[in-house]
Amino acid sequence: MALANASSERWKWRQPSVIPGFGLTLGFTLFYLSAIVLIPLAGLGIRSASMGWGAFWSLVTDERLIAALRVSFSTSLFAALVNVVFGVLVAWVLVRYRFPGRRIIDAAVDLPFALPTAVAGIALTAIYAPRGIIGQYFQPLGIKIAYTPIGIVIALIFVSLPFVVRTVQPVMEEINREVEEAAATLGASRFQTVFRVILPGLAPAILTGFALAFGRSFGEYGSVIFIAGNLPYKSEIAPLLIFMRLEEFNYPAATAIGAIMLVIAFSVLLSINLIQAWSRRRFGYGS
Amino acid sequence: MAVDAAMKPSALALSAAKEERVRPFRDPTSESLPVKILLIALAAAFLALVLFLPLYAVFSEALRKGLDAALLAIADHDALSAVSLTLLVAVIAVPFNLVFGVAAAWAIAKFEFKGKAFLTTLIDLPFSVSPVIAGLVYILLFGAGSFLGPVLESWGAQVLFAVPGVVLATIFVTFPFVARELIPLMQHQGTGDEEAALSLGASGWQTFWYVTLPNIKWGLLYGVLLCNARAMGEFGAVSVVSGRLRGETVTMPLQVEILYNEYNYVAAFAVAALLALLALVTLVLKALLERVYSRDHALTPGH
Repeated sequence: MALANASSERWKWRQPSVIPGFGLTLGFTLFYLSAIVLIPLAGLGIRSASMGWGAFWSLVTDERLIAALRVSFSTSLFAALVNVVFGVLVAWVLVRYRFPGRRIIDAAVDLPFALPTAVAGIALTAIYAPRGIIGQYFQPLGIKIAYTPIGIVIALIFVSLPFVVRTVQPVMEEINREVEEAAATLGASRFQTVFRVILPGLAPAILTGFALAFGRSFGEYGSVIFIAGNLPYKSEIAPLLIFMRLEEFNYPAATAIGAIMLVIAFSVLLSINLIQAWSRRRFGYGS
Repeated sequence: MAVDAAMKPSALALSAAKEERVRPFRDPTSESLPVKILLIALAAAFLALVLFLPLYAVFSEALRKGLDAALLAIADHDALSAVSLTLLVAVIAVPFNLVFGVAAAWAIAKFEFKGKAFLTTLIDLPFSVSPVIAGLVYILLFGAGSFLGPVLESWGAQVLFAVPGVVLATIFVTFPFVARELIPLMQHQGTGDEEAALSLGASGWQTFWYVTLPNIKWGLLYGVLLCNARAMGEFGAVSVVSGRLRGETVTMPLQVEILYNEYNYVAAFAVAALLALLALVTLVLKALLERVYSRDHALTPGH
């Protein structure tokens, strides 16, 4: 409290308030945040920096790591794109139409948040394995789904679906119907109204949902490792490689991969913030 | 001919009018019925394939050899100790993040200070980080070659490959849940109620207990519910720091993996079904809470 009061007089970094507890709650917040999140994450940064550039570079240019990053990147991108299409469709149906079962579907969209990833992983493997409920129909065609990158994409579609739906849905609910009425009176067909009036306004929300889905997919581990088959250079994802290096007690290699993944995660976070800032400027919404 | 020519336009007008009467009114801000039905069917088919089929698969695989076999697998000694460890971890991790969430929301929502947006971003950080990295950072902090690990070990405290490590990793991944529910809610509610209570002579604690807490109770419960579901289901982060000592550091999701890798599918899916039931209960409670406490926004993304 004393610290907060003294600093507010000198720098005015906080507005005066009659409500007590600022020093206590902010102090605890900063302490807990540092202890649990910031110091451990900084440790990862320090460890990779103390490695020396040459050692770090040789670890991150490892062929197997580059292949794993490529698998992670392409499958995450593909899953996020699929979810952009179907996530927007699901959000549209939930916001605009009233039909029996709508409440259940709305609640079920959060299933991937609530279902542990390991459970999703073994369930999807059971479905898409060569003798599984769906896998058996692809087996005669010579298409393998489980234990290939296709399986990874399916697992990632599952885990990242709610990110697109739950980002787009609230913005869609706020759309002003008058804009659509105006478009209709000016002679636009419904198709034109949807694709040239409504969807462009939703662009920031859709982009944010895409980035969130991609970010989540890129770091996903639990649901993927069961269905991926984990073949080096083919269906091995970057988080799994960290895990394997840790099992070998090869901490420098694990640290280097972790640092690369952290940089990618932060880039995704930054791009989300940029999209939100652009959205506030251009469209007047964004959290 | 002239009569013909004179009649034609009126006949046209008549038929046009007829058409106008037959064509049903269509809301210009909505789609036609067939398009609606098509879109609903498409969305339902996609969700059935992506969401409902895996859920069905968990239960059908668990019951493949009958209910008795599934129950027997859950009653197994290792499975039961996994259940109790999972409960223990959640009982420790959730209250910690609950207290943090309330404190952070109080500081951020009730006061105006510089760097607030940045602080909020930092609080959300664990959601952007891969769970495997959440485990990795603790290995680097407490493992061989670290500064803290040997010091703690000389005091006889084992963090990695023991319960404290599992708890820490769980706290990391569930860190933002309560805070990110409460911050927007308390910001929306403003400071008027608290200022009134204080001006009437209430102390700070009284204001919190009798004014703020009743206002935020549903949002708090909602955050705790989501935090708990993730705490009990976390796999990646826990799997890195656990060391998989049977009966000691194996949580339910790890038990699922162990059984699955031993080709003991019925047992793996039986434990998985238990976790799936937990997920279903969470979803039902969540839907009920949303009805009680009508939210301004749907579930905030980023979990």
